[in-house]
Amino acid sequence: MIGPLVGVLFDGFAYGMLLFLLSVGLSVTLGMMNFVNLAHCSFAMLGGYVTVSLMNDLGWPFFATLPLAFLAAAAVSVVLERVLYRRLYRASDLDQCLLTIGIVFVSVASAAYIYGTVQQPVQMPDYLQGSFVVMGVNIAVYRLFLVGAALAITLILVAGLEYTRFGAQVRAAVDNQRMARGLGINVGGVFAVTFALGSGLAGLGGSLAIAIVGLDPSFAFTYLIYVLIVVSTGGLGSIGGSFVAAALLGISDVAGKYYVPQLGSFLIYLVMLGMLMWRPAGLFGKR
Amino acid sequence: MTVLAPASAEPHRYLQAQIRWHGLEIAFWIAALLPFLLFKTYLVLASQIAITALFALSLDLILGYAGIVSLGHAAFFGLGSYTAGLLAKLGWGEPLTGLVIAAAVAGLVGYAASLVIARFRHLALIMITLGMGLLLHEAANSASWLTGGADGLQGVRMWPLLGYFRFDLYGVTAYTYSLIVLFLVFLASRRLIHSPFGLSLRGIRENPVRMPAIGAPSSAHIRKIYTISAAVAGTAGALLAQTTQTVSLEVLSFQRSADVLVMLILGGAGRLYGGILGAIIYLVARDQLSGFNPQYWYFWIGIMLIAVVMFLPNGVLGGLAWLRAAWRGKTA
Amino acid sequence: MAPRGMAGQDSVSAPALSTRGLDKSFGSLVVASGIEFALPQGARYALVGPNGAGKTTLINLMTGMLRPDAGRIFLGEQEITSLRPEERVKRGLVRTFQINTLFPHLSALEAVTLAVCERRGHGGAWWKGLPAYREAVDEAYGILFSLMLGDYCYRLTRELAYGQQRLLEIALALATKPTVLLLDEPAAGVPNEESAELFDAISGLAQHISVLFIEHDMDIVFRFASRIIVMVGGSVLVEGTPSEIAADPRVREVYLGKKHHG
Repeated sequence: MIGPLVGVLFDGFAYGMLLFLLSVGLSVTLGMMNFVNLAHCSFAMLGGYVTVSLMNDLGWPFFATLPLAFLAAAAVSVVLERVLYRRLYRASDLDQCLLTIGIVFVSVASAAYIYGTVQQPVQMPDYLQGSFVVMGVNIAVYRLFLVGAALAITLILVAGLEYTRFGAQVRAAVDNQRMARGLGINVGGVFAVTFALGSGLAGLGGSLAIAIVGLDPSFAFTYLIYVLIVVSTGGLGSIGGSFVAAALLGISDVAGKYYVPQLGSFLIYLVMLGMLMWRPAGLFGKR
Repeated sequence: MTVLAPASAEPHRYLQAQIRWHGLEIAFWIAALLPFLLFKTYLVLASQIAITALFALSLDLILGYAGIVSLGHAAFFGLGSYTAGLLAKLGWGEPLTGLVIAAAVAGLVGYAASLVIARFRHLALIMITLGMGLLLHEAANSASWLTGGADGLQGVRMWPLLGYFRFDLYGVTAYTYSLIVLFLVFLASRRLIHSPFGLSLRGIRENPVRMPAIGAPSSAHIRKIYTISAAVAGTAGALLAQTTQTVSLEVLSFQRSADVLVMLILGGAGRLYGGILGAIIYLVARDQLSGFNPQYWYFWIGIMLIAVVMFLPNGVLGGLAWLRAAWRGKTA
Repeated sequence: MAPRGMAGQDSVSAPALSTRGLDKSFGSLVVASGIEFALPQGARYALVGPNGAGKTTLINLMTGMLRPDAGRIFLGEQEITSLRPEERVKRGLVRTFQINTLFPHLSALEAVTLAVCERRGHGGAWWKGLPAYREAVDEAYGILFSLMLGDYCYRLTRELAYGQQRLLEIALALATKPTVLLLDEPAAGVPNEESAELFDAISGLAQHISVLFIEHDMDIVFRFASRIIVMVGGSVLVEGTPSEIAADPRVREVYLGKKHHG
C-alpha cells in the first residue's frame, strides 16, 4: 500500500531533480537580464547529443562524456550570446521570443538532419543499472545517482553564490541591475559567465536525462515547457524557488501519470496557470 | 486665457488621407481572384492561404495593434475548428450558421481568457498564453470521446453552401467561401483600426503606462479586442474544418501558434496586410519546397526568424515602406 | 503672469486636492510619511526638495499609480483614495511625467486626439473612422496650436525635438480637461531660456485649473509659484510663500547640505 506511493514519490523527486538541472540556469539568467531565452533547452539537447556521440561512436565511458557535454553547451551558448543575444537585451519580449524560437527551430532541424528523428539508444554502465529494494520500495540505481548528483550540484551552486566574490556579484546583478552597475560591477561580463554556466548545466542535464526520458530532436520543445513552468512558478533568479518548484512539478507529473493517466499533462498545465495567476512573480519571486 | 486655434482643414485632410484606399490595396484584392483563372489546380492551397491569412489577421489585431503577445493563439483557432466540426458531425452541416456559432464560442472563451490576459504583461503574459494553448491541446487530446483525440474528428459532413454550392474536390467553393469571409473580416478590421478604438489600441501598444494617465481604460480595451480577435481566429478555424471536412488535433498545437506568429512577423505586424502577405509567402514557399522533410523546412524558418528579428524588425512590409521612404528622401 | 495671492481663496472653498496622513514605504525605505497637503482652487504651487525627497512618489500616490499604505486623498470634497488612475483622470486629476512618457509612433495630432476621444467617451467606438469625429480633432488641433505645436502635429512623436516633446506631455494632459494638474518637472532637460517659455505657457493656463509643479530651478519656482512646499526624506518640511521659504533657515540647511536627509 505505502510502497507504491513512496516509489512514486521517489521517482517523481528524481525527475524533479532532472528538471531542476535543466532549468536553474535559465532562472538565474532571466532574473538578471530579463531576457526571454526560449532556446535554453536547445543547449540541453546539445549536451545530450554530445554524450550520445561520444559514447556510441567513440566508445567513451558515460562519465567521461559529462564534462564535455557541459563544456560544449557552455561554449555554444557563449558564442550565441556574443553574436545574437546581446544585441536584443533592450528589445521587446516579443523580439527576444522570436529570436530564440528561431534558434530552437534551427537546433531541432539540425539535430534531425544529423541524427534522424528516432530516439537515441544509449547503454548506461552496468553499475548504474538495475534497482534494489529498501523497505518494500523499489529504488532504481540511476535515479538515486541522479538525485545525488543534483543535490551535490545544488550545494555547489548555493555555496558558490553565497561565499564567492563572483556569487556576490551575481546576486547583486539579479537583485538590482542598476545599483550593481553603480557599484562598478561589470554586469555584462557577469551575465556572460552566468549564461555560460547556466547553459552548461542545461547541457549536463541533457546528458543525464537521456537514460530517463530519452533523446530525440523534439527534446528542445518538449522540455522547454517544463523548464518554463519551473522558472515561472519558482520565481526568476531564485535557486531555492527553482528547486522546490522542480521537485513539486516532478512529483506531481509522475504521480499524475501514475494515478490518472487519462489526463496526461493536463493537470500540470492547470497547476501552472493557477500558480501564475495567483502569484505572477512565482512562489519565491521578489516583488 | 485660451488661445483660439484658427479653424483649419489640414488636420482633417491628414486623417482622411490615412484611411483612403490605396491603389495597391485594390490591386491586391483583384489579384486575389487570379487563382480562379490562372492557378486552377492550386485552389485548395489558395483557400488554405486565405484561411491562414484570416488567422494571422486575428493575431495582428492583438499583437500588431495592441501589442499583446500571444504564444497560444491556436487555442481559439482550434476552438472554432472543433465547434464547426462537431456541429456538422452531430447533424447540423449548414456552413454559415456553423461559422457564426464557432466564432461566438471562440469569442466567448476569448472574453473569459481576456479577463486574465488584461492583467499581465511581459514574461507572465507569454507564459500564460502558452499555458492556455497547451492546456486546451491536452484537454482535446484526453477528451477523445468528443474530439477523436489524436486520430482527429471523423465524419464531418458539410451541407452545400447556401444550399447550392457543394464543397468540391478542386476547392472552387472552398476558396470562394474563404476569400469572401476573409475580405469581409478584413473590411471590418480596417474600419476598426482607423476608428478611435483602433487609435486607443495603438496607444496601449505604444505606451501602456501613459494610457491610464490620459484617462483611458486600457483593460476594457484589451478585453474587447481580445474577444474580437478570438472570434476572428475561431472563424478561421471553422473555415478550415468546413472546407476540409476534418479536424485534426494539430489545429490546437503550439506549432500552429508559432507558425502564425512567424507569418505575421515575416509580413510585418501592425500593418493589416502583414499577416496576409506573411501567410502567402510562408504557405507558397512551403508548398514549393514540399519535397523537403518538414524538419528541414523549420531549419529555414528558424534562420528566417533570426534574420527578421536582427535585420528587418518591421517585416517585409516594414522593409518596403523603409525603402520607399529612403527613395523619396533621395529624389526630394 | 502667475496669479499671486490666489491663496486667499482657500478659506472660502474646499481645496482642489488634499491628502491626509499619506504613508508609503518600500520594505524599510520610507518614501512618504504622514503627508498632509492641500492645493487650493486655482493655485500655482511648487513642490521642491532634494533628489529622493519623495516628490515624484507623492504625485504617484495622488494619481493612483502607487497605493498608499495609509492615508486618504481627496479631490475637492470627494475621496478618491481607492479609485483607479484612469478614474481619477476622469474626475479631473491629471499628471505629466518627468521622463517623456509619450506614444513614439503616433503623430502628435493622433496622440492628442486619442486623449480627447477618450475624454469624450469615444475610446471604445470602433465603427466610424477618426475623421468622423470632427469636433474631437478640432479640439486636439486647438490644444496643439495653443502650445505652439500646430505646425508640427503631423510628425511622429519620436521625430519631434525634445522641447516639443515636453510640450506634448502637457498637451496630452490638457486634452483630458483637468481641474488639477500635477506637473513633474515639466522643463526637465530643457535649456534655461526655453524653460521660461514653457512656464509662460503653463502660467497661461485657464485660471480654474489648479497646478502643482515640481521644479529644481529656484529662479523659476520663485517666479511662477504662489506658494512653495519643501519636501525632505518623504515628509513635508515646510510650506509657505516664496519669501517665507527664502528666509527659512531649515530650507537653507537642506539646500546647503548641512543636514542631508536625501
